[in-house]
Amino acid sequence: MDHPLRAPLEIEFDYTRSLGPVLSEFMTGLRDRRILGARGADGRVHAPPFEYDPVTAEPPGALTEVGSEGTVVSWSWMPEPLDGQPLPGAFAWALIRLDGADTAMLHAVDAGPGIDAASVMRTGLRVRARWAEDRVGSIRDIACFEPCSAPVAGAAFAGAGRAAESGGAVAMTVTPVRLSYMHTASPGESAYLRGLAERRLLAQRCGVCGQVYIPPRGTCPADGVPTREEVELPETGTVTTFCVVNVGYPGQRVTPPYVAAAVLLDGADIAFQHLVLGCPPDEVRMGLRVRAVWDASSGGISHFAPSGEPDAAYETYARSL
Amino acid sequence: MNVAVVGFAQAPCRVRPDVTTSGVEMLVPIFAEVFAATGLTKADIGFWCSGSSDYLAGRAFSFVQAVDAIGAVPPAMESHVEMDAAWALYEAWVKVLTGEAEIALAYGFGKSSGAQLRRVLALQLDPYLVAPLWPDSVSVAALQARLGLDAGRWTEKDMAEVAARSRSAAVSNPAAQVSGPVAAAELLERPYVAEPLRAHDCAPVGDGAAVVVIASAARARELCPRPAWITGFAHRIDSGSLGARDLLAVPSAAGAARAAGAERYRAASGVASVDVAPVEIAELHAPFSHQEILLREALGLGDGVRVNPSGGALCGNPMFAAGLARIGMAARSVMAGGAGRALGHATSGPALQQNLVCVLSGSGEAS
Repeated sequence: MDHPLRAPLEIEFDYTRSLGPVLSEFMTGLRDRRILGARGADGRVHAPPFEYDPVTAEPPGALTEVGSEGTVVSWSWMPEPLDGQPLPGAFAWALIRLDGADTAMLHAVDAGPGIDAASVMRTGLRVRARWAEDRVGSIRDIACFEPCSAPVAGAAFAGAGRAAESGGAVAMTVTPVRLSYMHTASPGESAYLRGLAERRLLAQRCGVCGQVYIPPRGTCPADGVPTREEVELPETGTVTTFCVVNVGYPGQRVTPPYVAAAVLLDGADIAFQHLVLGCPPDEVRMGLRVRAVWDASSGGISHFAPSGEPDAAYETYARSL
Repeated sequence: MNVAVVGFAQAPCRVRPDVTTSGVEMLVPIFAEVFAATGLTKADIGFWCSGSSDYLAGRAFSFVQAVDAIGAVPPAMESHVEMDAAWALYEAWVKVLTGEAEIALAYGFGKSSGAQLRRVLALQLDPYLVAPLWPDSVSVAALQARLGLDAGRWTEKDMAEVAARSRSAAVSNPAAQVSGPVAAAELLERPYVAEPLRAHDCAPVGDGAAVVVIASAARARELCPRPAWITGFAHRIDSGSLGARDLLAVPSAAGAARAAGAERYRAASGVASVDVAPVEIAELHAPFSHQEILLREALGLGDGVRVNPSGGALCGNPMFAAGLARIGMAARSVMAGGAGRALGHATSGPALQQNLVCVLSGSGEAS
């Protein structure tokens, strides 16, 4: 058997979250170069603040400002940063207990340039926040921490420009997520995709129940056994059910209104979804006979179009609805 | 009511570029294996529960396709947890305890190699304060390891010895991804991956699946000559705030062990008057070497307990299946007669945040 098809799968999306009262105040503080903490019922100051007291489950009282300098409680070394991490070159992850706080904040420490940068790091190292130049109310408004022994760059001075900060409270935060996968198609799916490139429709039949699945599933969902028998199906079928798409969305390739339909290929036992074009949407109906229209450039099926045959009788597709 | 493990199977843990993220290719053979061993068919399973994650698959509702492996016609009573399948087994256990099912099957699967696992796992962290920095799972574990080194709880040599012992033990486990005798001193000469962690301190990235079948007392003995009776089963969670909890205490592991009856094992190791025999084997889900040391202490395991005779997660850690496999391996030691009492443990989240303990016995007394 040919090897399964594989392809990169890149996923990007933004998590857009409302902050709630505590984190709104904390993020607004970061934008204004202030780090806030919350005092718990046990007297401990948590920085970052808790939203609900870990002991009493009560929301915190007024937040209290802690220092933007602190002490490294623990650290690990990141020789080759991963996509999205705070610094482009080697850096340390650290748990940092800020002055005036009893808990630690996880963040990055820029230990400086050079191959010996890691030798700067130690538990107990004094570090200070390096503020991002563009601050929006995010944990990344702290670009990173740096050793207090490092020279102070203009933008790093914690007090600089504080009076110039303005704007209302930060209420939302946006976290972009980008993930990269290598997606593998199953052997059955791979055969199906290779078949499409040759304008062939390759299905699989279950050896137990005899049902024919397209695209092939590899395993019969009714019996839980591998489906190994390949079946080639014709490019004609029946619309079992459909909907008219009237709304637009980003990335849409066909101008609404258009029809997305469940098409039961002749000889198949389950329908698959495809476009039905080539006639006005209001002429599409259950039982409409259709034929595949191939896409000359991609090698796949562009859409289905009415074949001109008489409609199929309801009984011929009723069990596939 | 007593409930027992009556069957276990697992797919070998490997990097498998040929399999899909649906898990079906890995699950169908191990379902067949566990059915053959117990004489069951899919029609006998009253409840199915799986553990897996969309973040490994890179798509939403990815667990739904795995239901193909069940053969869910006619419809099956089925559930899913976005967690290690040890928690799916817990749900299945509750179903049997409450009489809603006599026989239940829990399965877990993960194609850990589909993306950069340590980076994907950053998304399990606090979404406001931590995840936007993308701290990877290895780096977070390294912070915990450093705390223990600084506190004198262990040395890098202690950590290497855990890895070396695990790899030697894994020689007898065909499902292991990494195995073979190696000296701790040799491991210590290798470079850091995320100082203070070296490669041997971290579980390898591998793809796999596991399945455990449990049955009520009325059915267990007909399915298995020596069922592994579940005498205690509990799970607990610690705060999600890494900087606010004591990363060297693992109170959730200690709490789960206590609730599962581990006080009795602790007593058994030191005090004469105990009503049960001590646990002989413990399969701990410790994806990092220092975490085995932490868990031994938190669970109160004495020196007489054989820890991870399978090689443990350091020799094969298929995400969302490895915790269930620990319980399966502990149960197998009881079912095969090698142990009177065994403990299976599973963890989830960063730096041992969430922990589950399942205690198994060859004799059928309840907890």
